[in-house]
Amino acid sequence: MEFRRTVEAAAAIWQREFIRYWRDKTRIISTIIQPLMFLIIFGTGLRSTLARGNFGLDFVQFMFPGIIAMSIMNVSFFSTISTVWNREFGFLKEILVAPISRISITLGKIFGAVTIASIQGFLLLILAPLLKIKLHPLNFPYLLLFMILVAFSLASLGLLIASLMKTTESFGLMMQLLIFPMFFISGAFFPLTSVPWWMRLLAAINPLSYGVDALRQILLRYQTSGEALKSVSLHPLAVNALFLLIFSTIIVMMGAIAFNKKN
Amino acid sequence: MEIIRVHNLVKKYDGLTAVDHISFSVKRGEIFGFLGPNGAGKTTTINILSTLLQPTEGEVYVNGFNVITQKNKVRKSIGLVFQDPSLDDRLTAEENLYFHARLYHVPHDEYQKRKEEVLRLVELWDRRKDLVKTFSGGMKRRLEIARGLIHHPAILFLDEPTLGLDPQTRSHLWSYILKLKEEKQMTIFMTTHYMNEAEYCDRLIIIDYGKIVAFDTPTNLKKAVGGDIIIMESPEPQKLKSELKQKYSLEAKEENGGITIEISNGKTFLPRLFDELETKVTSVSLREPTLDDVFLHLTGRKIRDEEASPLDRLRQHHFRRHR
Repeated sequence: MEFRRTVEAAAAIWQREFIRYWRDKTRIISTIIQPLMFLIIFGTGLRSTLARGNFGLDFVQFMFPGIIAMSIMNVSFFSTISTVWNREFGFLKEILVAPISRISITLGKIFGAVTIASIQGFLLLILAPLLKIKLHPLNFPYLLLFMILVAFSLASLGLLIASLMKTTESFGLMMQLLIFPMFFISGAFFPLTSVPWWMRLLAAINPLSYGVDALRQILLRYQTSGEALKSVSLHPLAVNALFLLIFSTIIVMMGAIAFNKKN
Repeated sequence: MEIIRVHNLVKKYDGLTAVDHISFSVKRGEIFGFLGPNGAGKTTTINILSTLLQPTEGEVYVNGFNVITQKNKVRKSIGLVFQDPSLDDRLTAEENLYFHARLYHVPHDEYQKRKEEVLRLVELWDRRKDLVKTFSGGMKRRLEIARGLIHHPAILFLDEPTLGLDPQTRSHLWSYILKLKEEKQMTIFMTTHYMNEAEYCDRLIIIDYGKIVAFDTPTNLKKAVGGDIIIMESPEPQKLKSELKQKYSLEAKEENGGITIEISNGKTFLPRLFDELETKVTSVSLREPTLDDVFLHLTGRKIRDEEASPLDRLRQHHFRRHR
């Protein structure tokens, strides 16, 4: 009975997140335009100037998986960290005074974020043909798996941060200290195979770098030479999956505990 | 009989005491009010009663359940209308209700019935398919009340229910609340800093700086002021004051250029006063005491003055951060 109620409440929260996302067409469009701008401006800019060397890959194609991961990160973080200002604007109170377990709030929030982020990730695949990336049907289950894993890790992390943060002001600081570095050291812009040791170390604890690594290997495997792809990849897919799984399990538990404690 | 019991409740925030050893109990089926200026501890008390805040000290029972150890049972017993709107304005009115009903495990066919009932009660049935962001402040508040009722709570908490509403909407809302009390036998616990609103309460606590300064029915509280209030204007206020003191040993207060006295049975006193008074008086008015006078009488301040005092602003700021 208790279990059923937890699931029912989590489903209600999940559904709300989804309706809100679906209704906000400007948000959907802007979250597609932003990555597109990154690809066009950064991608073309760097391709025609700096990234010409013995790379073996087209730079825009190289960046594409990273941009998908970035978009997933943005959505996952935004949906969960928004609980901080939800608290200030009141709606969270409505959820907090309801007779439901705190764990159902955590799960509903995280699965809501995972769903939205994965839809967003798949929407971005529409751009693939423009970049001359072939979408092989066999790729889809793998892509889905990794998008979910990345979204799950980052949504959990977002919830953990939201539970530790006191005010919205600290949100800006968080962006500077966590989200940007995470993105820059994710392997989205440059391969992490030949960077200095400290950056490799940071990348090793950055869940996004595993996500980018995996998404790139999946998306480009049917069109780039294995050699070239291998030279920019960090880990086998299984290792990436395992890291993301372990990372999100630990963080989701920490997030649930922190959220429970705070509320 | 008692639906809420609070014993020696204390709430401190970083050394600042927001609620200072208060004790009271609320009877089933009454409208119970918390009256006081902003920052007096009203919202803090509601937040503790509704399990949103942990008390620092003291015992609190709501509908027979302990607010610390039986949170979910307390939550199931109450409906809340917050001071700040807590609707999701990207959902429709109906979706907000549906979401709420799911969180409170209202069975689906029950929900269908109650939805129509509560939406008709607050006159929003025709707007049920509209997004909440298209609603006016008064409509939102009404929808929040409907939402607070859909799981049939034993107690409805209203935190400043009419804050920011125009007088017409306010009196409208009050007719709903009174109707609810009649129809549903519901207990209503409300906070307000509008004196005229506090008059609707069966019993009332006046709270100031986290302490209870008075606890009684509005009628009894007004009796305690000392009767009627007479306000006079005179070109020679000082002379009038001393004459009142000499002849009747009345302690007159000077306020906004008027001379004010409190006296029991003002209606019979007035004719006598004008027979005997030597000082010239240009205007006179007599009124029965209001809860404004009660607050002034008890604390020496007007309830509105509070909003301007720097200490109060500090407290308010402090509260907002912790809410």
